[in-house]
This record gives sequence, C-alpha cells and structure tokens, in this order.
Amino acid sequence: MRDSLFGLVLGRLASSLITLLLVSLVIFAITSLLPGDTAQQVLGQFATPEQVEALRTQLGLDQPPLLRYWQWLSGFATGDLGRSASNGMDVIQLVNDRLPNSLLLAAITTVISVPVALIMGIAAAMRRGGVLDRTLNLITLSMVAVPEFLVATLAVLIFAVQLGWLPALSYVSTVDSLGAFMKVYAMPVLTLCSVLIAQMARMTRAALIDQLDSAYIEMARLKGVPPMRRVLRHALPNAIGPIANAVALSLSYLLGGVIIVETIFNYPGIASLMVDAVSNRDLALVQACAMIFCGAYLLLVMLADLCAILSNPRLRNR
Amino acid sequence: MSDTNTIPAAKGERQHYVTTGSHLPMVVPKQRNRSGLQLTRWIGLSLFSFWLLVALFGPLLAPYPMSAFVSEQIYAGASTSHLLGTDYMGRDMLSRMLTGARYTVGLALVAALLSSLVGAGFGMLTVLLPYWLEESIRRIFDTLISIPSKMMALVMVSAFGTSIPLLILAAVLSYAPGAFRIAHSLAKNLATLEYVQVARTRGEGRLYIATVEIFPNMIQPILTDMGMRFVFIVLLLSGMSFLGLGVQPPVADLGSLVRENIGGLSQGALALIAPALAIGSLTVGANLLIDSLSNSRDNQKE
Repeated sequence: MRDSLFGLVLGRLASSLITLLLVSLVIFAITSLLPGDTAQQVLGQFATPEQVEALRTQLGLDQPPLLRYWQWLSGFATGDLGRSASNGMDVIQLVNDRLPNSLLLAAITTVISVPVALIMGIAAAMRRGGVLDRTLNLITLSMVAVPEFLVATLAVLIFAVQLGWLPALSYVSTVDSLGAFMKVYAMPVLTLCSVLIAQMARMTRAALIDQLDSAYIEMARLKGVPPMRRVLRHALPNAIGPIANAVALSLSYLLGGVIIVETIFNYPGIASLMVDAVSNRDLALVQACAMIFCGAYLLLVMLADLCAILSNPRLRNR
Repeated sequence: MSDTNTIPAAKGERQHYVTTGSHLPMVVPKQRNRSGLQLTRWIGLSLFSFWLLVALFGPLLAPYPMSAFVSEQIYAGASTSHLLGTDYMGRDMLSRMLTGARYTVGLALVAALLSSLVGAGFGMLTVLLPYWLEESIRRIFDTLISIPSKMMALVMVSAFGTSIPLLILAAVLSYAPGAFRIAHSLAKNLATLEYVQVARTRGEGRLYIATVEIFPNMIQPILTDMGMRFVFIVLLLSGMSFLGLGVQPPVADLGSLVRENIGGLSQGALALIAPALAIGSLTVGANLLIDSLSNSRDNQKE
C-alpha cells in the first residue's frame, strides 16, 4: 500500500515536470514566433541589414528554433538566463535582486490570509444558511470578482489620502524599524489579502460542508454530539485534506494579483520587473519571469493535488 | 485572473457531481435561504443589465464627444455640466465612460463567447474522436490551463505588441481550456447514457450525435460557465489596460480610464474612482447573478 502511495506521488511529480516542460515550450514558441527578432530590437530600426545579421550570428539567432529552445532550456539548469535587451544586465542578476521582495510579500500575505480565511470558512459552514453565512457569502462572492486595482485605489484614498496614516508608495529600502516595515507593507498586503481571503474562505466552507453532509456526521448528530464538537473533532480532521487543497489552489491567485499590486504600489518585486520587461519588449527577461510564475503556479497546483492524495485514504488504496 | 483557471474547473466538477446524482443525503434548502438567493439575484441582475444597456446605448447618450477637450479644469468634481467630472486632460468623464463601457463589455463578451465555443466544441467532439486524438487534444488544453491568464497575455503582448484581436486571442487561449474541461467531462458522462448508445446503434454519425443528442443537454451548465468566464475576462482585460498593455489610446476601455487618471489619486479624483467602481460593479453584478442562477439550478435538481 505504501508502494502505491509512493507511486502516486511520484507519478504526480513526473506529470508536473512534463507539464512544466510543455509550458516552457509554449512560452518559447510564442516569444520566438515574431518576425523581427531580438537583434532587430536591440539595434533599433535604423540598423543596416549587415549589422542585424552580425548580431543575429553572435546571439545564435540564426540557428534552428529547436536547437535554440534546447540551449535556452539548458540555460535554466545552469543559471544562464541570457541578457536583458534593454539594459544589458544578466537576467539572473535582475531576477535575483527582485525575487526575494516578491517572496516576502507573498509570505506575509499568506501568513495573514490563511488563518482569517479558515476562521471565516469554518464559521460560515457551522452556521450554514444563517445570517452570518449569508452575509459572508454575499461579501466573499463580491470580493472574488473585485479587481485588485479598485481595492488598491480605495485603500490608498482612505488610508493615505484621507487619513494620512500610510505612504501611498512602497519603498522597501527605507525600512529600518518594525513600524516602518508595517507602514510599507500594510496596503499591498491588504489589497492582496482581500481577494485571497474571500476565495479561500469560500473553498474552505465548501470543503467542510462536504464533510458535514456525510453519513458519519449524521450519525454523530443522532448520538447527541454537540455541534461544536461535531465540527471540530469529527468533521474538521477529515476536511483538512480538502481544505489544504483549497488553500494551495487559492494561493495561486496571488500570482495574478501580485502583478497589479506591485505595479500600483511601485513595489520592487519580480512582477513589476516583468511588466516593465513587457513594456520594453525585453524578451529574455519576459521568458525568465514567465517561467518563474508558471513554475510557481504549477508547484502550488501540485501541492494542492498532493494534499488531496495524501489525505484521502480511498485515493491512497487505489 | 491567473489563477482562475483551476477554480471554475473545480466548481464545474462539483456541479456536475451533483447532477450525476450523489449518494450522500441531500440537505433540503431552507425557506429563508431562498430570500437570500432572491436578493443576490436581483442585485446581480440589475447591475449586470444596467451595464449591458450602457454598452448598447451608452455612446448614443454621451453628452460630449469622447475625446473632446471640454473643460479648462482637470480632475474636476461632479457638476451639472459634467456629471462625473473631468479627466486629466479636461475631457468629460461621463462621455468617456459611456464609450469605455462598450469596449469593456463588448470585448469580454466576444472573448467569453469564443472561449466557450472553442472549449465546448472540442469538449464535445473529443468524446467522439479516437482515443489517441482525444488524449493529445486534452494534453494541449492541459498545458494551456497551466499558464495563468495574465502570464499568457503578458507573454503574448511582449512578443507581438498589444492590439484588440491579440487581447481576445490571449483571453481565448487562457479560458477555452477551462471550458473544454467542463464540457469534456459533461459530454463524457452524457455519451455513456442509454439514449446516446441507442443513437449510436442506430448508426447515426458523430456530428449528429454531438449536435442533436449531446449538445442540448449541456447548454445550461455551459452558459453558466460562460458567465464565469465573462467575469474573469473582464478582470483580465481591464487589468491589462490598467498596466498600459491593453486597449491603447485613442480608444479606451474602463481599465484604461483608471490608468490614465491614476495621477488624480492623491486628490481623490472622481475621474479615477468612477471607472474603477464601474468595473467592480460590473464584475460583482455578473458574479452574483451567475452564482444565484447556478444555485437555483442545483436546487431544482434535488
């Protein structure tokens, strides 16, 4: 039985890797399809055809696409992600500077949003159909569909413009005390949390209710187990797998939200780096950032699946 | 949103689980739950139809031409001559929003319709195709679903530059796979049902089975799913416009209006808040409406 479980996990890991490989192929294909290539872009439109041809040879752009794909892919393994077309710096250097900031932002958001969302979800599931549940339902259902820039704009208007409590822009370099730290991170984290918590709370509620509807809870109810104990001791342990699954899936929402949030607050993370790279059409940098985002997304989805597999005895025994 | 791809799939899976008949004891919906449902439906319906009407007739009602400089004052507040104030160049905000809403709603509707057509079309047909073809199409869609929608749009814009057809293509590439997944699992279940088997034994062609036997039974869940895709696509496209990588001037959708007036943030300009709230009310309204519709469908089944 342990073998089959091990096999299942291994199979899931392998399939994630294959998907990542295919995703890299799609990203490379899209960014290599365009008629004018990097050489043309670097030199600008006034370059002579000979100059362009020379740079193409130098950059290896005259080689067949599959070979270039292979070189690009193996570059990832060795940490050679190419050179930024707009400022000539190594892509790996740029990414290294920015990635920790984004990870920190994601970590803070996760630490705050997970407990809040779990409490909201569990409370809503326990009071199903009641006033609390319906109010939370209306709020979360609305929050899920609200664009991040609306939350961010309103947050800035309220906390920075009206109340003057917080600065409107994030400057990570000025952080020297805990107070300054909180001031810088308050609004980006608040914006990211609002959508994330709504999503996570909804999924937590659904996962727990799925358990509360099952026969063993009915049995516990008939035995006279009080509601609180029924939820916390009987249903919750069985719902942990689905809830962990829901949390991991919701966290993948961060990847979309962080792009808007880093831009609006001028936060020096990897998402704003990517948006700048897209504006400058700096393809090597775009490719690297896109791979990081897609990799992170696949990792979260895989974690979600693993949680589901590991917590479900029926799946384990199959 | 990025992201978004897995959620509708999961949700679709759940709905479809309910429709195939669960063995778990069903909870009878309580009476008071219905009034709550009615409320969200009415809020959703009125918000959504309001924006639909604005998209249809808005430009006709605009008091000024969209790009006319009509005021000396920039970021003016509401007044009788400019109901929503003026923007960063002294243009009438109401006129700009009435036109911008048409782009936001129109583009998202087209993209959502195409996503569902492509996704549902393939989802239905693959059930009838040979196994290897079904598997390879599934593999392609599974790869596309693993690329968050904003990443897809950003990568495509970086390669080709932004344009309206490209934005629609990016949205379809991101959201058709989710529609495919749901349609595929629905069709797969329907294909095993007796009446389809009978049609097959009768010697009907694949196209006939897909369009006459399977499709009519999938319409409702597919329409609900399309509504959710509409919400995500509005968020995606206005997000791209907000980043300055979506709809380009002189044309503007609501997201572009937020972006160009972001300079008014420190003064709390109406020109910034109005379009941002407009997008929020459109997506929230559509989401509430779809949720209440799919809930009532589930309840009917019980």
